[in-house]
Amino acid sequence: MTVVRALVVTAVVTLAITVQLGVLPAIAIADVVPNLVLVVVIGLALARGPEYGVLVGFAAGLALDLAPPADHVAGRWALAFVVVGYLAGLARRDARASALAAVLVVAAGSFIGTSLFALSGLVLQDGGVTIDGVLHVLPVALVYDVVLTPLVVPLVLALMRRLEPVSVRL
Amino acid sequence: MRRSDRPLLGPGGLRGGSGDPEGPHHDGRRPRTLLAVLLLVSFIVITLDARNRDDSPVDAMRTAAAAVFGPLETAAATLSRPITSVTGYFGDVRDLRTANERLQGTNDRLRSRLRTGEFARQRSHELDRLLDLGRQRDDRLVAAQVTAMSAGQTFSRTVTIDAGRRDGVRPDMTVLNGDGLVGRVIAASSSSASVLLIIDADSVVGGRVGRSMELGFISGEGDIGERARLRMELVDRAADPGVGDTVVTWGSRNGAPYVAGVPIGSVSRVETSPRELSKTVVLQPYVDFSALDMVGVVVDADRPGRDDVRAGARGGRR
Repeated sequence: MTVVRALVVTAVVTLAITVQLGVLPAIAIADVVPNLVLVVVIGLALARGPEYGVLVGFAAGLALDLAPPADHVAGRWALAFVVVGYLAGLARRDARASALAAVLVVAAGSFIGTSLFALSGLVLQDGGVTIDGVLHVLPVALVYDVVLTPLVVPLVLALMRRLEPVSVRL
Repeated sequence: MRRSDRPLLGPGGLRGGSGDPEGPHHDGRRPRTLLAVLLLVSFIVITLDARNRDDSPVDAMRTAAAAVFGPLETAAATLSRPITSVTGYFGDVRDLRTANERLQGTNDRLRSRLRTGEFARQRSHELDRLLDLGRQRDDRLVAAQVTAMSAGQTFSRTVTIDAGRRDGVRPDMTVLNGDGLVGRVIAASSSSASVLLIIDADSVVGGRVGRSMELGFISGEGDIGERARLRMELVDRAADPGVGDTVVTWGSRNGAPYVAGVPIGSVSRVETSPRELSKTVVLQPYVDFSALDMVGVVVDADRPGRDDVRAGARGGRR
């Protein structure tokens, strides 16, 4: 079951990265693309807890750092998603209690993830990050990620519930 | 310490997962350890990659990731094309046949533009008459489709194209389309390549203002779409480019990373500040970067003997 779950999660994350890079630019608003990978990581962390969130966050972030056309210093998304996965995992009990709480977790995760990525870019002077650009991108990204939440998070939660052994089900 | 007697591995792992009914306190330590470890790994990756950008040990992982995600992005872009084309973002290509036709047109227009462009005429007039039109550049282009695009959140302007090493694409090759210069290849895997757009804040292109042939360095501002602008720092402060003048690539000896004579943009504003040593020219790029679709990669710009002809001509004039 663990192997099957790992394979399914790998496939889900790979699909999310592919869609985010190859399809979602078509619906960019003010140049900001919804961060599907981030929402999927949050969904998985909500389903499985902080440990899983950290692991999946790192793997998904690193893949997003390396997949073409990425040109920034590798490890920046990984760093951001590790933190987001951990925090979302910690908040899973509250977030699974109500839909509003789940939306708030995604909003917080989007803010933290996008800012951490931007911050690491500012510190490393990598990839043309400017304070102006960050302030411009942050609110749009947050709203867009929240819009994705009702479409993505319930799907991820349902998928993980099906993959969980019955005895451990919450 | 209640948790200290719980084994880190073994049966505890079964109960200690997310489904544990005893609450978050029970599995608090292991996630924190993992968080610390993976944060550390992230920092190590960042450090390794940032310390040596040109020859990074992470590049091997990048190549592996490109081998996986390059074909996936191509498939995703192909599958989603009928839907995404409705929004007009990737252009109005409905299917591969029209894409092919457009590409042919693009190719022809590019060739004629390169041959008869303002810069080409200027250069042939100014350098020497020995280079007749038949000897003018006739670069070999590899056609490619844009399959993925970096998001605004990444603050970098890069795209993936569906041509790679097996098509002859290598890093530091010029990428252009029917309108003008798009960027240069920064990484290539077997079936895909990443292209740094000239509007990226890290991109610098040597260019000259078409009419006066003044040299300058053109850098991107990171904006895309309507707001996309390029800044050109002129080497000669006395130069006086006019609004609307064409700026073309300056080009280097072997056409890497940019071949000469590709139109970049037109002058939209000239900024003069008495304190600055150089004059800044604001350019409007010819290429609409928010609607990139088919592009061409110049795979054969280094023509044998071209430098010899040039050198001989220059020597003979002295």
